[in-house]
Amino acid sequence: MNDSTPKEVLYRVRRFEPGQDRVPRWQDFTIPRTPGMTVLDGLWTIKQALDPSLSWRSSCRMGVCGSCGMLVNGRARLACNTQLSELGSGVVAVAPLPNFDIIRDLVPDLAPMFDSHAALMPYLIREDVGEQEKPTGEFAQSPEELEHYLQFSYCIKCGCCMAACPTVATDPVYSGPMPLGQAHRYNADGRDGGFARRREVLSGERGPWRCHFAGECSRVCPKGVDPAKAIQLMKRELVWDYIRLRKAHRPTGVAPKPTEIRRRPDIPEAPARTI
Amino acid sequence: MMRDQKLWTWHMGAGVVILVLLGLHMTIMHLDAILKFTALNPAGGEPIDWQNVVKRGQMIFFPLTYVLLLGAALFHGLYGVRNILFELSPSSGLKRALSALLIVVGLGLFVLGTLSALASFALARSL
Repeated sequence: MNDSTPKEVLYRVRRFEPGQDRVPRWQDFTIPRTPGMTVLDGLWTIKQALDPSLSWRSSCRMGVCGSCGMLVNGRARLACNTQLSELGSGVVAVAPLPNFDIIRDLVPDLAPMFDSHAALMPYLIREDVGEQEKPTGEFAQSPEELEHYLQFSYCIKCGCCMAACPTVATDPVYSGPMPLGQAHRYNADGRDGGFARRREVLSGERGPWRCHFAGECSRVCPKGVDPAKAIQLMKRELVWDYIRLRKAHRPTGVAPKPTEIRRRPDIPEAPARTI
Repeated sequence: MMRDQKLWTWHMGAGVVILVLLGLHMTIMHLDAILKFTALNPAGGEPIDWQNVVKRGQMIFFPLTYVLLLGAALFHGLYGVRNILFELSPSSGLKRALSALLIVVGLGLFVLGTLSALASFALARSL
């Protein structure tokens, strides 16, 4: 923060009090600006010093938990991961994520997103339930197989992609980029055998068919995930599946345990336990 | 439940058919000066000269490809229109009505176009 940086910042916050407000309204707050200040820091300052009734979700403060997704200066972002210095404007306009109902102030109702997510079975589906419940080892996976889905596994379910998607905005049936991207993440996992079960949902109206590749989901993702790519890859898989050209795979089995492991002689012994 | 997966796959397939047949059309009609399709333009001159059009019209290959192109274009286009209309969030009843209307329109245009192709084939054969 150099000498020319303003000492104060204007927050324009979208407020909605259920039972009191019929429609959301804007409220302005002027607060001191500090070096390294994030959008979330500013909201905390407002809550602590000006209006304790201001509501939002947040938790980890380091871009990991995905709780604090909100619309900041017209773009869906994580409030904790957005520095005021990167916004450029002297005004910070904060609103709840679009395409969701508002519970209160900056708190969107994410339940429909997680319902769609759950409907697409975002977990490994295998027949060897016994092995999953009482594992005898690790399911085998090569680094190349990991690359098939790795970037999609970075999703933190913040909902920013859903807020940016023009199809989610108009089609209440469409599952949206997060659930579809996560369905592809598991379909592309060599340890998974659940494609046929997920296809029951994906091949219908809730599948990827309404996506017309605006690509906004990938543009706004704070974790650099590319859900638009996942959706196109999923469409391709489903087309191959329909014309019987999809390469089916059996879920990988348990990797054999290494048998010849010797301790390197140059590694010293660990110190004795103190507790 | 496979309805959308099936329709999308046919949409893609129809797109490929359109690409191939329009490529064929462009090649025959616009690259003749370079490729010299004497079998398709036996009278010489331009591909759209009357004699060349009649000769091509007498070959069964052309009415067949016209009908194929017509079917592919109608399905591809009307499925796209259906998608656009469905993005306006109609009710499920209206969705069914729109689908039925587009099927009727598509089949009607397909029958009309097929009859036209067959009529032009019969006319060319009679000349």
